[in-house]
Amino acid sequence: MSKVIVVTSGKGGVGKTTSSAAFAAGLAAKGHKTAVIDFDVGLRNLDLIMGVERRVVYDFVNVINGEATLKQALIKDKRVDNLYILPASQTRDKDALNKEGVESVINELKEDGFDYIVCDSPAGIERGAFMALYFADEAIIVTNPEVSSVRDSDRILGILQSRSKKAEEGGTIKEHLLITRYSPNRVEGGDMLSMDDIVEILSIPLIGVIPESGAVLQASNSGNPVILDTESTAGQAYSDVVDRFLGEEVALRFIDAEVEKKGFFKKLFG
Amino acid sequence: MGLFSFFKTEKKKDTASLAKERLQILIAHEHSDKNKKSPDYLPKLQEEILEVIRKYVHVDEDDVNVNVEKGDDFDVLELNITLPEEDK
Ligand SMILES: Nc1ncnc2c1ncn2[C@@H]1O[C@H](COP(=O)(O)OP(=O)(O)OP(=O)(O)O)[C@@H](O)[C@H]1O
Ligand SMILES: [Mg+2]
Repeated sequence: MSKVIVVTSGKGGVGKTTSSAAFAAGLAAKGHKTAVIDFDVGLRNLDLIMGVERRVVYDFVNVINGEATLKQALIKDKRVDNLYILPASQTRDKDALNKEGVESVINELKEDGFDYIVCDSPAGIERGAFMALYFADEAIIVTNPEVSSVRDSDRILGILQSRSKKAEEGGTIKEHLLITRYSPNRVEGGDMLSMDDIVEILSIPLIGVIPESGAVLQASNSGNPVILDTESTAGQAYSDVVDRFLGEEVALRFIDAEVEKKGFFKKLFG
Repeated sequence: MGLFSFFKTEKKKDTASLAKERLQILIAHEHSDKNKKSPDYLPKLQEEILEVIRKYVHVDEDDVNVNVEKGDDFDVLELNITLPEEDK
């Protein structure tokens, strides 16, 4: 049984693409045949984050329009077995995505034996974001500890619950909250919303907390999903997210403030 | 350093809890807007109330005022009817 998972947020720049790349690579590394689709038509970036930008020949819209086959457009990852990327088109035509086209691509991926289809949503609540979530079975809501991001996540939850295909058929999309760019020190200092605050406000189950980490920028610079950087806190936190998604119980990490100041004394006396 | 930062956090209100409060109120409001279509029935309600009142006293359309005020946990339906001065 294949599963379609949308990575969405409403607000832009919160870490959807970073998370989609990491999550898809993590699932594939665990042996699951995984495709990750860039729904950000006109502003594709997933190819860059995954380091396959020079291998893009055909894209999602070409497949929908019958200008290329799905096989031609899917880029097979060279680092991780079982991982495939479907890049977005750079067309400026907003109506390039339509329900029938998207559905046919998703169905073909299912028939081809993909276990997981990860949809990297664009920001906003316009067509692209709607298409990315419409066929989802599960949703990862990426939220930063910041007021506008939390509010937008709540709006996206409302849309998932009312306008998705699942909702139209009387079912529900399984929702997972993913908090990214978390700074435990700032939370302790009282100037950043805590994970507990966000969970309380959005009241959906938490699948993970990704700390603010310089490794994310380094990973995107080099075109490697950050989950492959197993030394980094962000990479490890994403790896925990994948394990939790696959049903393992894994304790949260990197959520407590470091006692930086004490380090000095520890060095002196410890 | 410890003392200094203590005073600093004492003076400045913890902005994270402010953020939380604001979000909770805002989101509660946005949800109630969506779920309860309160304003939809108000004009009709006003009309019917006017009809009932007119059975007993004469009031003008402008004399009946219907309002809904949204609270955190409940909404208040507010009815304001200005009765004509009675000539006893
Ligand atoms: N955990 C993190 N630590 C530090 N930087 C991060 C983290 N997660 C994401 N970023 C940075 O935030 C920026 C936005 O990330 P990303 O492109 O993944 O967001 P997005 O939600 O896909 O944006 P868009 O809405 O434009 O599609 C990038 O510069 C990325 O490097
Ligand atoms: Mg993106």
